[in-house]
Amino acid sequence: MDRVMRLASEKGVVIFSKSSCCLCYAVNILFQEIGVSPVVHEIDQDPEGREMEKALTRLGCTAPVPAVFIGGNLIGSTNEVMSLHLKGQLIPQLKPYQQQT
Amino acid sequence: MSYSSTQFATSRQMGIYEPFRQIGVWKETFRGDHTSNTAASTILEEDSGIENKIGFVSHEPMLPSGNGNDHEPSRSADKVQRRLEQNREAARKSRMRKKVYVQQLETSRLKLAQLELEIDRVRKRGAYASSSLGTSHMGYNGALNSGITTFEMEYVHWVEEQHRQIVELRNALHDHATDIELRKLVDSGLNHYAILFRMKADAARADIFYLLSGIWRTPVERHFHWIGGFRPSELLNIVLPQLQPLTDQQLPDFYNLQQSSQQAEDALSQGMDKLQQTLALSIAADPTSGESFGCQMASALEKLEALEIFVSQADHLRQQTLQQMSRILTTHQAAEGLLALGEYFHRLRALSSLWTAPPRKPT
Repeated sequence: MDRVMRLASEKGVVIFSKSSCCLCYAVNILFQEIGVSPVVHEIDQDPEGREMEKALTRLGCTAPVPAVFIGGNLIGSTNEVMSLHLKGQLIPQLKPYQQQT
Repeated sequence: MSYSSTQFATSRQMGIYEPFRQIGVWKETFRGDHTSNTAASTILEEDSGIENKIGFVSHEPMLPSGNGNDHEPSRSADKVQRRLEQNREAARKSRMRKKVYVQQLETSRLKLAQLELEIDRVRKRGAYASSSLGTSHMGYNGALNSGITTFEMEYVHWVEEQHRQIVELRNALHDHATDIELRKLVDSGLNHYAILFRMKADAARADIFYLLSGIWRTPVERHFHWIGGFRPSELLNIVLPQLQPLTDQQLPDFYNLQQSSQQAEDALSQGMDKLQQTLALSIAADPTSGESFGCQMASALEKLEALEIFVSQADHLRQQTLQQMSRILTTHQAAEGLLALGEYFHRLRALSSLWTAPPRKPT
């Protein structure tokens, strides 16, 4: 849990993923399209991956990955990210972290 | 038979028409099966039948030709009574037979309609299954996947109900219905789409490839198929021109929704492409890996589950786009939007029908 929370707060947008997870890939693409480069942690490649997966589930993620954190706060999984984006509530949260192109 | 026509005329004067019509129709259906002899007795039975129905007792002799009732009164009276009784009995029996026959016809008609529908579906799925070599684990060999069969039946009803709702919406807008009435229709419309997504979720669990193939939609709809259904961005593009002009506040909201749904769609598309590549790689035999065929197959099977997740996300996107759109619009605009959407899909289906219809006449 500590590891998850620590990694989550390290940078603006953090995605916990698995290398085999194509949905995680899709979520990452979405952020790229909005102009954000999230940090992606592939928990299946992490020695503490199992614990991290359990921690993410405990935090309320139905699917452990993708788990998206913005500014250290858990936003949720694909469903939440998509819903927020369509409501126009995702970009405002990303403002501080958007790259200046 | 002049006698019979007199009898008929009498009953007609009493205003009893129904029995004639029914019996007339019944006579039609029996025409092929009966000889002229029976036809004669049928008329007798009809007369008795009518008599029984209306309690009218004719004082005229019942038999078509003279039966000697003018010679020995008591014996002929008995004969007449016996004949009357026989006629009544025969009429009763034939009424029963008629009832049973009609019931059988009704049941057969229903069965025929169901069978025709079933044949059409099986034919479609046969075309679909043959392309996948009809492997038994997909359950198409003889035994139909009940989850899919259920979906197919429910989808037919869904489309019918959709059509009914579109007509209702069109009439309401044409008749300048109040916002309260329109709100009810809009909510029903949105709820109807929600029902479709629930149905699709069940079908996805039964057979994801069925949903992905789009075989359940018409050919032209299938042409625009994207991860198990219509494109969310397409929805907004269809609706926008049909709306009353958007306000200054609505315009940027609508534009943002268009952009965000397009971005989400692109992201899912790319994820889907990645999944296809991953699947192909995992299915291809890997001589370097120490895994057995069984192991590799098992791992490939696991990856197939991701397809269900993608379709679920695509449906979620479709639903969210619908919800957000209706939130941005006024009730009246939402009604117009739903009508435009419904009409668009209806036209796609109509176009498919025209396309697949056989040529009418030689040119």
